[in-house]
Amino acid sequence: MYRIHILIAMDSHAVAQGARQVKDALIRDLALAGISDEVKIVETGSLGVSNKGVVLVVFPDDVYYVNVTTDDIPDIISEHLLKGRLVERLHFKRPGAEKISEKKAERLDKQVRVVLKNAGIIDPKSIEEYIARDGYEALGRAVTEMTPQQVREEVKKSGLQGRGGAFFPAGMKWDFAAGTDADQKYIICNADEGEPGTFKDRLILEGDPHAIIEGMALAGYAVGATKGYVYIRGEYRMSIEHVQLAIDSARANGLLGQGIFGTGFNFDLEIREGAGAYICGEETALIESIEGRRGEPRDKPPFPPVEGLWGKPTVVNNVETLANIAQIILKGSEWYKGFGTEKSPGTKVFTMVGNINNPGLIEVPMGITLREIIYDIGGGIPDGKGFLLAQMGGTTGGILTEEHLDLPMTVETLRDIGAGLGSGALLVVDDSQCPVDLVKNFVEFFNHESCGKCTLCREGTGRLHELLDRLTSGRGSEKDINLIKVLSSTMMRGAFCGLGQAAPVPILGCLRYFEDIFIQHARDHVCTTNKCEMEAARKGVAA
Amino acid sequence: MPEMNIIDEIVENYNNVKTPLIYILKDVQKEFGYLSESILTRVAKKTKIPMRNIYGVATFYSLFTTKEKGKYIIRCCNNAPCHVNGSKEVLDKIKEYLGVDFGETTADKIFTLEFTSCLGICAVAPVMMVNDDVYGNLTPEKAVAILKDYKMKGTSNV
Repeated sequence: MYRIHILIAMDSHAVAQGARQVKDALIRDLALAGISDEVKIVETGSLGVSNKGVVLVVFPDDVYYVNVTTDDIPDIISEHLLKGRLVERLHFKRPGAEKISEKKAERLDKQVRVVLKNAGIIDPKSIEEYIARDGYEALGRAVTEMTPQQVREEVKKSGLQGRGGAFFPAGMKWDFAAGTDADQKYIICNADEGEPGTFKDRLILEGDPHAIIEGMALAGYAVGATKGYVYIRGEYRMSIEHVQLAIDSARANGLLGQGIFGTGFNFDLEIREGAGAYICGEETALIESIEGRRGEPRDKPPFPPVEGLWGKPTVVNNVETLANIAQIILKGSEWYKGFGTEKSPGTKVFTMVGNINNPGLIEVPMGITLREIIYDIGGGIPDGKGFLLAQMGGTTGGILTEEHLDLPMTVETLRDIGAGLGSGALLVVDDSQCPVDLVKNFVEFFNHESCGKCTLCREGTGRLHELLDRLTSGRGSEKDINLIKVLSSTMMRGAFCGLGQAAPVPILGCLRYFEDIFIQHARDHVCTTNKCEMEAARKGVAA
Repeated sequence: MPEMNIIDEIVENYNNVKTPLIYILKDVQKEFGYLSESILTRVAKKTKIPMRNIYGVATFYSLFTTKEKGKYIIRCCNNAPCHVNGSKEVLDKIKEYLGVDFGETTADKIFTLEFTSCLGICAVAPVMMVNDDVYGNLTPEKAVAILKDYKMKGTSNV
């Protein structure tokens, strides 16, 4: 028995800040202190605190230490582990716990971790720890006690919507695939996360990979598929490593393969790595990529549940969607509907990034307001600066401003104002930034990531970039703003896939709320934040 | 040529995998550093996939390269979360330190400088990746210090 457990976050954020070195020092110094057999070190996924260096949690005391370096280890050992005293300078109080009013506390109390139930709590490399927290119980129950149709019904009744960004009802997608006759069907987990500011899937894959495997096996049982692929971005090395380990140990334990739980159900999984292409997050482009081709989107219909991978019915689900499935089967759709709002049930994982004090990952019920996310949970904006705008859902997401701070974040309320929850990335931008410069940055991204298949997106993103470059360098005129508007609305209506159709959303959003600033750039060649260099204007070569 | 045998072997390793082209190209690139025309021609011959398709794939994905690159590939992120946290100053400093622009390789073939799209570690923005290692919370000074370490490593064991 161990007297103390130390959790050390070993997600990509932590590793980028030296977590491996700290762990090595910890092992070494524990041995020096002669207490290696009293303290167990557990590597976990993200502990939910992402920009505070290496994070350790000491149990059973539940004490968080942040910004830990190898030099701090002797202090932690001699003070905390041996003498039971807190090391104050490293101690971190969980954000939001004290400041929020009672009413809000009540609301934040509703935070139940569904998707992130295990992330940061278990060792993602241990199947035993996953099983100890009810892991694979839903799969066992489904294949022995439920028909595939009952599994689909339960997911449909839960109202779960796809968490990849489109919020399509997950159960309905499964029904389409189940209703198509074929000798082979496939389940694909879309782990090609690449939307700027989004890292929820990465932290789920790194922190709780078995939840994805169980979700995929349940999906396979529900629609009659025996084979699945996890398509992971090539850049996500740690995700690939953890999922591969999880697949191997699930197979070794008879939870993947032939005759699962002694029934006639067969299901197996393989990883497919991406090779660097944002567009492969689009499901038909992803399928093209698995088939060994350029990741260019296909014409639809037919949709993948009817004709997908190698022409067979295929369900493509996002990582977060799949991470919900086992919980829904285990605890029931009624339990799941207890979170969120009537039309947007469940929880949502958000990543908070940009100009915010506590960037990181949170799971909250649908319907929380922007103000609560930014100021209560996110700790507000650094350096006493003001709030300019927020972008919800990644780089194709809609723009939210001051007037939206108290809007409940649900699929339908955001849709009403021309925005969406998208990937759940919340980019917070402070008032020292320039919206024109920001839009130029968005367009650079789209121009780089356009796959080139359709003219409107390939050429449109390029022309938009030129126009914005004119505005931000002092060569623009008010005509350019008009051209941006016309081109944007043409792309929205005519581009082949979601990338080109959604690219103008943040551009038009910024134009709607900050048109005066755009005009200032175009007509007066002035950028009050000095983010735009306006060199041409200074040299007197304005158009 | 021994090179050709290696390519053939890699292709054969994937005999049991359906549509493995991307995996084959990854392994081949790992072996030779980049995907030259003669290498791709051999892959085409061995896999019986038309060369035009193979070239299409090799030039579509950002992790593939048809040109020789430096020993260390620096992938810098300038997506919005990094941008609003000051990535531009970091990128300018890196360019100045290396004396090359994005897409270029230094004359000593130690560094190739590239952009990457979001690496998903935005909570420690701005970030960059050097080969497989990621670095966060960059400042112009910190980025240069990291690259100096690599440069020392790169010149000592060439």
